[in-house]
Amino acid sequence: MSDPVLPSRFARWFAARGWQARPHQLEMIDAARKGEDALLLAPTGGGKTLGGFLPSLIDLADVVADGPKRPHRLHTLYISPLKALSVDVARNLMTPVAEMDLDIRIETRTGDTPVSKRQRQRDKPPDILLTTPEQLALFCASPNARAFFGDLERIIIDEIHALAPQKRGDLLSLGLATLAQWAPGASRAGLSATVSDEGGLARWLTPQGETPAFARIVRGREGPKPQIDILSSTERIPWSGHSARHAMGEVYAAIKQARLTLVFVNTRAQAEATFQALWRLNENGLAIALHHGSLAVEQRRKVEAAMASGQLKAVVCTSTLDLGIDWGDVDLVIQMGAPKGSARLIQRLGRSNHRLDEPSRALLAPANRFEHLECEAARAAVAEGVLDGEPLRAGALDVLAQHMTGRACGEAISSDDLFAEVTQAAPYAGLTRREFDRVLEFCSTGGYALDSYERFRRLIRNRDGLWQARNARVAQRHRMNVGTIIEAEMLTVRLKGRGARGGKALGEVEEWFLEQLVPGDTFVFAGQILEFQGISENAALVTRSSASEPKVPSYNGGKFPLSTYLARRVREIAHDPAQWSVLPDQVRDWLTLQQEKSRLPQPDDLLVETFPKGGKHYLVCYPFEGRLAHQSLGMLLTRRLERLRMRPTGFVANEYALAVWGLRDLSGVDMDALFSEDMLGDDLDAWLAESPLMKRTFRQCAVISGLIERRLPGHEKTSRQVTFSADLIYDVLREHDPEHILLQAAWRDAATGLLDIRRLGEALKRVKGNIHSINLPRVSPLAVPVLLEIGREPVYGEAHESLLADAADDLVKEAMTDD
Amino acid sequence: MTEAARKIEEPVCRVNGVTVVPHLSGALYVPDFSALLVADLHLEKGSAFAAGGQLLPPYDTRKTIARLSEAIAACGAQTVIALGDSFHDLGADHRIHDEDAERLAGLVRSVGDWIWIEGNHDPEPPARFGGRTVPEMALGGLMLRHEPSADDAPGEICGHLHPAAKVAGRGRRLRCFATDGRRMILPAFGAYAGGLSVRDEAILSVFGRCPDAWVMGRDAVYPIPAKRISG
Repeated sequence: MSDPVLPSRFARWFAARGWQARPHQLEMIDAARKGEDALLLAPTGGGKTLGGFLPSLIDLADVVADGPKRPHRLHTLYISPLKALSVDVARNLMTPVAEMDLDIRIETRTGDTPVSKRQRQRDKPPDILLTTPEQLALFCASPNARAFFGDLERIIIDEIHALAPQKRGDLLSLGLATLAQWAPGASRAGLSATVSDEGGLARWLTPQGETPAFARIVRGREGPKPQIDILSSTERIPWSGHSARHAMGEVYAAIKQARLTLVFVNTRAQAEATFQALWRLNENGLAIALHHGSLAVEQRRKVEAAMASGQLKAVVCTSTLDLGIDWGDVDLVIQMGAPKGSARLIQRLGRSNHRLDEPSRALLAPANRFEHLECEAARAAVAEGVLDGEPLRAGALDVLAQHMTGRACGEAISSDDLFAEVTQAAPYAGLTRREFDRVLEFCSTGGYALDSYERFRRLIRNRDGLWQARNARVAQRHRMNVGTIIEAEMLTVRLKGRGARGGKALGEVEEWFLEQLVPGDTFVFAGQILEFQGISENAALVTRSSASEPKVPSYNGGKFPLSTYLARRVREIAHDPAQWSVLPDQVRDWLTLQQEKSRLPQPDDLLVETFPKGGKHYLVCYPFEGRLAHQSLGMLLTRRLERLRMRPTGFVANEYALAVWGLRDLSGVDMDALFSEDMLGDDLDAWLAESPLMKRTFRQCAVISGLIERRLPGHEKTSRQVTFSADLIYDVLREHDPEHILLQAAWRDAATGLLDIRRLGEALKRVKGNIHSINLPRVSPLAVPVLLEIGREPVYGEAHESLLADAADDLVKEAMTDD
Repeated sequence: MTEAARKIEEPVCRVNGVTVVPHLSGALYVPDFSALLVADLHLEKGSAFAAGGQLLPPYDTRKTIARLSEAIAACGAQTVIALGDSFHDLGADHRIHDEDAERLAGLVRSVGDWIWIEGNHDPEPPARFGGRTVPEMALGGLMLRHEPSADDAPGEICGHLHPAAKVAGRGRRLRCFATDGRRMILPAFGAYAGGLSVRDEAILSVFGRCPDAWVMGRDAVYPIPAKRISG
């Protein structure tokens, strides 16, 4: 095939490797030649990275022909969410560069890059610089960055589907808007896994004007359909829980047969538990390792290296291995528990078989009966190539505040120019001038109704009316605090040593978890059972324990909420017996019984059951909207029932259902009124104000917006100290300045994040007028799983499991009794 | 009886034989002298941070004054004694908002006797708000000062260390009154004042052991024995 798009030097290189340039790679070259922004959607292994870089390499091949005297200038900026990914990509790029004998300088710049190298990069820029969103934000807040980027031709953003929906994505989109001012000619390439909201990402990637603008969408060829099996255990399938312990024997057998298996779990705690369970079964001594974000970095690097060199048989991991780093020849992916979303499942599938021509293989291990439905829904969605994913949200105001402060620290800028610039970023395209002005006032004086900080302004207007940092110290402190990644309050876990400081660090664990421990308690961490000895400064001191079971389990539960799309599919399977043939007998029997004893939830209604049990009255509803939305619903319903004097005493939620109970018969309640949407008004406000979730959200906003600084020159404030003062500030603001912009920012975050109010609102709208309530003499089969969560101590180990199973049996018996 | 007044009557404890009443606000009432003791108001801490470049909300002073005003009303104290660090720094006097300055002066005028004990942050409390200033003072069998003295000092009540305690197995660290029955350290009263664990060396060394704590919960002050305090 003759190929005019590809210069002969590149065509020869492809041919020498026995390859052919893929159509999507050629299309990326075409888009770059025309100066268009392009979004490349392709599965892992589809030559995506090369597709992004080919236009730059082609350009630079001509430039380097000028020889060593060519001027130094930055040609291409590559941005990815992970430091490790930058390093990986740099290494992979070196192959074509070396084989075509191109004299191209490729360098990385991350938080770990030494000052001397940074300085050298600024004086003598590489041709291609690989970096992270935080580093771009730092450039935006630094003087002379305009000159550094003046000749930039191309910007490549990798893993754009992972970045765009987060606050880091907001920060990056603002950084890109700034680059568009400094290098108007630079075109952008976005590299992404396949997503549902293609239009949203295409818009995110390109500067916005009066009307929405979209990047060109380039699609890679899909690989063969993945082969997904659902583990239908011969063991008894649990009613609730997330551990999938019952299936561990079968998981182990699958690992034994594969070459290299990735065992994905949804939380760090699950990773620990699964790792322990597999090793208890590991009679063949298979090399099974553990990888999650709380482990010490050296430990993670060791596992990664062992994976790459083929020394491992399996790795139990969390989403830390989700992103596209190439570490080994994986041929099987096992998902423990439901994947919660089809896009996530596909992303994890992409970890197996990096060769495009072979199907990837996955085994889903549902942890309970409901998850069987969910896994079926996910499998069907993947087979049909349907992706879920929520639409992108509006940009966060705390991030905007950080960026605007940064811009004024870098160079003096007029408010009109800054407004025009930030509204080019798609997440902020809808920002009103009023909101912008309020954020600018916040950056400058704190934006308080009590106008008393005029003389303490951080940003001032100079003689030309341009905004700038008050002095060099303000700018320096801002640069020390750039970024949106706010870690949970973590403590180092350290083996107790002879000295006061303790011995080897094993990793970090959330402070709230340690707070519930007293010295002598045992827990699982880093693949071993540890005994807690006490806290010393910022470390939790532990010793190795000989106990066979930890005393204190960690929290259970999936971290990701069930996606809206999968929830709909689950409802569709549940209501239609014709679709049950794929389910195991145990699950089918359970649904059949529900049909007899009560009713099946229909796709577009809300089933509400009321029944008495043990002297209490229960109300159970099945919105299938995920635990977060259900918890919010539970808070709001109980407030409402209190007002109706129904004396509710508690509630519990899982991914599929919500149960509320109290002292009065709830069957006579007007359900349409109880579930009406207006609960999202005053009831929500009143509850939120007191909620610890809200305080946690506020703390993040306070740190990101720069109200609280994490780092000061000379000494670093630990996140624990930050937490304390953020709560005090929250209380004071709420009382004296309830309209403050940062409270509004926190409220918006809470509504889309920890509380999932948006989703709850959509669900209430959907079921309006379609609430089907039914009064039962006793608990229904479908209600069993959620009732099992009541008063449930998270369980770990066989003994507890059987206790729970007994409790479950009683409940099941009751549900299945004939009248 | 008002809600606040009811609460103040509930927990009762003794320091060196003198009956004292820890109040939910963080103030200590001494009924025999109709005196209310508060420590570490740290007025204008917010603006001190603002002057240093962190624009914390400027409302801490009015919140602290309002809470103090409520506590005084709740127990009907004739005398108020502030145990030092009432002002966050020497510049507080220049930064305080006019309205807050008036509120503070009004509050000082409203009680029979208002005494500022000198603290390390405010060796010379500003005079314009009224009241009188002393380095330390005796109140019956009690000795009131800002910092705890190094030697055994029965009857000493002080501030300075901002004690806080976490009850084993639950929640977060809360401000508290730390005591061994002979001496007492008051919690910091200021809206932006932080807390130090009663198990910290600085507090352990005052009592020679972990003190008991009267912990400020949401609805009441709870007496917690040392053995149930985890940090």
